[in-house]
Amino acid sequence: MKRIEVLGPGCSNCKVLYERTQRAAKELGLECEIEKITDLNVIMGYRVMSTPGLVVDGELKFSGRVPSVEQLKELLS
Amino acid sequence: MSELAATPTLSKVRGARLGRWLVPALLLWIVAYVFLERLSTWLTHDLLRLSPATHLGSAVAFFIYEAPKVLLLLTLVVFGVGVVRSFFTPERTRAILAGKAESVGNVLAAALGIVTPFCSCSAVPLFIGFLTAGIPLGVTLSFLISAPMVNEIALALLFGLFGWKVAALYLGTGLTVAIVAGWVIGRLKLERHVEPWVYQMQTGPPNLLLPSLTWEGRLRAGLDAVRDIVGKVWPYVLAGIAVGAGIHGWVPENFMASIMGKGVWWSVPLAVIIGVPMYSNAAGIIPIVHALLEKGAALGTVLAFMMAVIALSLPETIILRKVLRPVLLAVFLGVVTVGIILVGYLFNWLI
Repeated sequence: MKRIEVLGPGCSNCKVLYERTQRAAKELGLECEIEKITDLNVIMGYRVMSTPGLVVDGELKFSGRVPSVEQLKELLS
Repeated sequence: MSELAATPTLSKVRGARLGRWLVPALLLWIVAYVFLERLSTWLTHDLLRLSPATHLGSAVAFFIYEAPKVLLLLTLVVFGVGVVRSFFTPERTRAILAGKAESVGNVLAAALGIVTPFCSCSAVPLFIGFLTAGIPLGVTLSFLISAPMVNEIALALLFGLFGWKVAALYLGTGLTVAIVAGWVIGRLKLERHVEPWVYQMQTGPPNLLLPSLTWEGRLRAGLDAVRDIVGKVWPYVLAGIAVGAGIHGWVPENFMASIMGKGVWWSVPLAVIIGVPMYSNAAGIIPIVHALLEKGAALGTVLAFMMAVIALSLPETIILRKVLRPVLLAVFLGVVTVGIILVGYLFNWLI
């Protein structure tokens, strides 16, 4: 089961990424746990300088962009 | 500094190759732009039968001409800048700035602020990332001033509505304010007024995640930028143009000269002080700026007002308070405000 973290302090982009990630996972039928991380300490722990960011199973996949649902599906599969 | 040359999974394009569409799209854009004036005159005068001598006719003509023109310009520039930005990341900017001496650093930081993708909610992580990489406080602040203020939307719209000279002036003075303000704050040695926890964050090798994008990927980045930015901003643009149209049609000539004109020495500081707490994206405010100028407001005052609105805002101040202690925050706001006021006076004097 994948563990997905959406990193962002709470601006609109971060919320959009969170929703799109949920949709992508749902459309893929993916078994996963999606968590929204707003704690700056954790975010900096991944050395992210530009939010929002996406972490899958502890590995940072990208930061500073909000990909489309299609692009997210490619990334998560 | 190694980049992950991974397969660009995020930039895969299904179907038609984008590159093929670029030239036809540009030609179409040029045609649309050139015919705009004729089309809008025809629409207002012949189709709607509104005389330009009336308030309504004047306002409607303004709106029908400006709205598509501004949106076309915006689309082109956002696309272009989206492509340019695909070459930059905050990580790369940080790598470039680390280890540079202060004055050089200030200039580079301000310049990079224009092309590095930046969203104001990233201000805090970016600030921390820069400082922990050893980039001086003043240089980091030069970046943080230039990034929101000298943005492509503002430049595109200024260029489209007032010509390249005004756009270049805004660019030049915006950079100057960013460079000088950052440098001055650096000289004041206010590092101890940064929240201490910032310096305690762990440093480490930067995460350079940008996969090497193909040109296909870069064009797609441009399109994504258009969809995201223009898609989000167009209602504000139309609202701004509508207000501008109203001012154009109804406010008497020279009305603005009395409060924002050159003769009034306090108009610049007043405009800036009103502008600082306000927040608007550049797209919404520029059409209003246009109408104000038409009615006699002085260029320096209006540009200063615009800079004040875009560069500083209450939301941004609240965000920065997380990393800057009150003294430093106040100095930051103060120095930038004074810089903008000086710019306003300079323009009024020069032009």
